Amino acid sequence: MERVAIVGASMTRFGQRDAWVRELLAEAGAAALDDAGVDGDDLEHLYVSNMASGEFEGQTGVPNALAHDLAAQPAYTARIDQTSSSGGAGVYAAWQSVASGASDLTMLVGGEKMTHRTTSEATDVIASLTHPAEYKHGVTLPSFAGLTARLYLDEYDAPRESLGKVAVKNHRNGVDNPHAQFQKEVDLDTVLDSPVVADPLRLYDFCPITDGSAALVFCPESVAEEYAPGGNYAVISGIGGATDTHVVHERADPTTMGGVVDSSEIAYETAGISPDDVDVAELHDMFTILEFLQSEDLGFFEKGEGWKAVEEGVTDRDGELPINTSGGLKSKGHPLGASGVAQVYEIYQQVTGNAGPRQVEADTGLACNVGGFGNCVTTTVLEGSQ
Amino acid sequence: MSDNDAAESDGTTEGDSAEPTFEAAEYADGTVTYPPHTVSPNGAERVGTVDLREYEGRVVTWTTSTATPPGVREPNTLAIVEFEMGDEYDGPPVRALGQIAERGEAGRGSDGDEGDGGEQFDVEIGDRVEPVYADELREPGAGIREPESQAWDGFRFRPVE
Repeated sequence: MERVAIVGASMTRFGQRDAWVRELLAEAGAAALDDAGVDGDDLEHLYVSNMASGEFEGQTGVPNALAHDLAAQPAYTARIDQTSSSGGAGVYAAWQSVASGASDLTMLVGGEKMTHRTTSEATDVIASLTHPAEYKHGVTLPSFAGLTARLYLDEYDAPRESLGKVAVKNHRNGVDNPHAQFQKEVDLDTVLDSPVVADPLRLYDFCPITDGSAALVFCPESVAEEYAPGGNYAVISGIGGATDTHVVHERADPTTMGGVVDSSEIAYETAGISPDDVDVAELHDMFTILEFLQSEDLGFFEKGEGWKAVEEGVTDRDGELPINTSGGLKSKGHPLGASGVAQVYEIYQQVTGNAGPRQVEADTGLACNVGGFGNCVTTTVLEGSQ
Repeated sequence: MSDNDAAESDGTTEGDSAEPTFEAAEYADGTVTYPPHTVSPNGAERVGTVDLREYEGRVVTWTTSTATPPGVREPNTLAIVEFEMGDEYDGPPVRALGQIAERGEAGRGSDGDEGDGGEQFDVEIGDRVEPVYADELREPGAGIREPESQAWDGFRFRPVE
């Protein structure tokens, strides 16, 4: 199987945008093509990660629309929908397309347009992924987070403040990300005094509703130097995808995300590394509690110890294992289909040494993209070419 | 029976009694799940049903959501409840996620009053609770899901006095 390289990347500014989904996808796609030094008609495969453009704005058929806008015909196109992990699933599809030999040049563009909807409407579109037995009770993804956070704090004797410190850290990181929705710090008192959304979680424990897009260009490692001279590319050394139960309350331990455990085991095995070898990670902090769960289920910390790592500064940008140097979904924003692509964008920047003021020392980075409330997960390991 | 049919069975009537049941599925390997699925977690086929009204539950965790979707009461207190299935049951935990009842709704498995539409019971982790039938948990058609695609009645939970 071919080793797969990423040789071009881009992301739009995340936030409240006037552009609609077609325009957002085209903006990121054109910039990534430019970054890789190729034209649309050089692409053999073009994937679009998107959860709900039909539901949000009544625009379907987005891959074909993007191919036309970028003059990429006759490239093979497909839309990848895996709810909030559509981006990670798109990375998996793009990796497969090149690794299998089906395509020698593939682009993935993830995007979503959400902010024209009210919070209530957007929350319901996302909650529509739930089982009928859950949906009829009015469950939302934030309420799953509240249920899990209460259990985690109770089981592991973690202080409520530790969740707030995730938000403080990720907002601090987002200040240096020009693409982030919020480039401003928040202090712990602001987080802890913000309005209750899903007790014990408050407004600042949640990511915002966001418009945005991100894109990556993939090719066989054997020809990467043609597109990214000087070794300015990253290699996907490991990738794994997995699912957990659709019905959240049926999991043996509601504080463990089995899809994170299983997908990361595959990713570590294919990369030939252990969690200790990861230098930097982007985790799916749609809610602050998710950073604890993933950091434990990825094997970075023992079960019930993830909160201590945040308290001790281990996951700060200058800590032993920086997590969410981009600001995470919490600060950068969460345009559903774009988020998993933007996570890999950040790791790509880190392992190629192009992260600017956010740069940390990193040869190996990991991105973990979660759909639903851990229902489906993709974990990707990148290594710098040097 | 499809998965959606199974979901609709939560709150459907039992025989001629017109009494709603809280239907979980029982499988050939002895496991029980709520909601019912096509096969058990181990792949065993369905062999019957279990009415969860017969079992008391304990609150595993709870939250009160203050930002609810269209057609959902606000605030909306939700709990994950684990049923006490008895010493002979050795399958995976049987749980349900459900709304916490409002004061004034009737007791175990009964076709409760509408309640006063107001204050919801307080619960804590470990509290014992019982199911209370509600004929409409959220307003069908107010949200994105097609009203005819699923049932909207079901069981809330209230503390056992």
